[in-house]
Amino acid sequence: MSLDYIAAQVFNGLASGAYYALLALGLSIIFGTLRVINFSHGAMYMLGAFGAYYGAQVIGLPFWAALIVIPIAVGIFGMVLEWFVLRRVAQNDPIYGLLLTFAITLVIVNVMTLLAGTLGSPYAIPDALSGATNLGFTYFPTYKLFVIAVSLGVCIAAWLVIDRSLLGARIRASIEAPALVRAFGVDTPRLVTITFGIGVAIAALAGVLAAPTTNVLPTMGDEIIIYTFAIVVIGGLGSITGSIVAGFLLGLLQAIGAVYYPPIATTLIFIVMVLIIWMRPSGLLGRPESTR
Amino acid sequence: MSARTVLFALVAIAALILPRVIYPILAMDILCFALLALALDLLFGFAGLLSFGQAMFLGGSAYTTAILVQDYHLDGALAIVAAVLYATLLALAVGMIVVRRSGIYFAMITLAIAQIEYFAAINWSNITGGENGLPMTTRGTLFGLSVSNDVAFYYVVFVAVAICFWLVVRVTNSPFGTVLSAIRQNETRAVALGYRVNRYKLGAFVIAGALSGLAGAFYALANRLAGLEMCDWHTSGAVVMMTVLGGSGTIVGPAIGAAVYELLNYFVSSTALGRETDLVIGLVFAFCILAFRQGIAGGVLSIPWRKTST
Repeated sequence: MSLDYIAAQVFNGLASGAYYALLALGLSIIFGTLRVINFSHGAMYMLGAFGAYYGAQVIGLPFWAALIVIPIAVGIFGMVLEWFVLRRVAQNDPIYGLLLTFAITLVIVNVMTLLAGTLGSPYAIPDALSGATNLGFTYFPTYKLFVIAVSLGVCIAAWLVIDRSLLGARIRASIEAPALVRAFGVDTPRLVTITFGIGVAIAALAGVLAAPTTNVLPTMGDEIIIYTFAIVVIGGLGSITGSIVAGFLLGLLQAIGAVYYPPIATTLIFIVMVLIIWMRPSGLLGRPESTR
Repeated sequence: MSARTVLFALVAIAALILPRVIYPILAMDILCFALLALALDLLFGFAGLLSFGQAMFLGGSAYTTAILVQDYHLDGALAIVAAVLYATLLALAVGMIVVRRSGIYFAMITLAIAQIEYFAAINWSNITGGENGLPMTTRGTLFGLSVSNDVAFYYVVFVAVAICFWLVVRVTNSPFGTVLSAIRQNETRAVALGYRVNRYKLGAFVIAGALSGLAGAFYALANRLAGLEMCDWHTSGAVVMMTVLGGSGTIVGPAIGAAVYELLNYFVSSTALGRETDLVIGLVFAFCILAFRQGIAGGVLSIPWRKTST
């Protein structure tokens, strides 16, 4: 086994970590403000991929446009869902939010199955991103490099917005003390809806990015959502930086693990999660007081 | 007689005539899922622990049963004991990790750990039969007696499941059960009162695991099959839906929930929707969470049936 092969696997790992990071980031943002673990996050990812696919099939929507339009469309769908449905369980035990979004997932996935069938549909990589790029030591698919770059860009942008902007300050404040933020005259319900929309839009963006590399299937979100759950547990539930770091780290670990023992790729993330719970229950970057 | 006792009696009578009304295998599936939902009710309804991974016990013990009966020609009774033992030990090992957390974390962690078993089952297809599963040519014997007759086997399962329901009623009425309820209501206060909360949670998790293992053994024998879909997280989700739909914390509710779920599934699959029955079930469940959170049994029991003298 050559070092070049390991190095190529590092990039493969970063590429799958790019999807995990995007999904975990959205899930974390939503959990932070809404106190709901969005089970339907995987379904939103799937809707993103189908949006890109049908966009291209029906109106010839180019990939570059899909990258912008589809996340906005799915984000609006998410905001409608939050405003009319999820809102009703916001005041209850977070468990009911999980159960409700689980029910929503079943409905979305099954409606998609009725519309699209169970056979996967291919989606072409745009010409500009097809082929391979010379990394010096190996040739690597250009598209995967693009995915890593987009994911990093979105994660940094999200971090900047949350850490530096007024919207971010309000989001952070309403995580800490929602009642106080309301008392200062901030429209928290609207803030929550916007955050849910942003989180869901990021999931849909991951779906658009995934469309050219996998079969677009109604069930494509089923497995990735559980990996995402494990990743946010590892990163520390509610910690946005933790989610991003854990996303890339676990993608990397998965790819490196697969070099030595290929079947471990499917379970390594869960094994790491078990070890983390054992040694550091609040997660890598989670705060201990939020452990329960 | 309390309303709950009446409801229990009605459910038991319905269960007794069930195999005369519907296809006996479907009736047995309802019994097995009622047992699984009962296990989840002990965890969620009483201890407040939502396990989203009960399928790992169902699937693993189904495989154990299928292998022992089909390959080793073991008596069903011994295979069931082995399957329950498997589930109990697995619950002990998994429980030691998951009881460190509660609430939303507990659900996510159990879901993720159950996936380890699922992928192991896919990976070791030489043992589990992979996508094909492990079909059994015969149900074998139970205590040396043939159980090939579906209706006869139904009543065997019925007696076992009825005993399990009685056991869970006893457990929840015991001091142990009271502490579980205390943990659900206020874990911090239970800790402050000096209870070793994690041990109680582990106890509940292991009992639930053993009951789920029994359900898995019966499920494999009833369908003469152990397969991947039994370890699938959709099955874990189905059990959660049955419990909440039937009424969590009511003990009798999960049996009603299992029947409603399975019958709904059966009838919807004969409509134009075909295999996409989860569309209807998801809508029903969403409605239940939004408007009818106490579930069917919870709703029935909250009606003041008798005028109380004030």
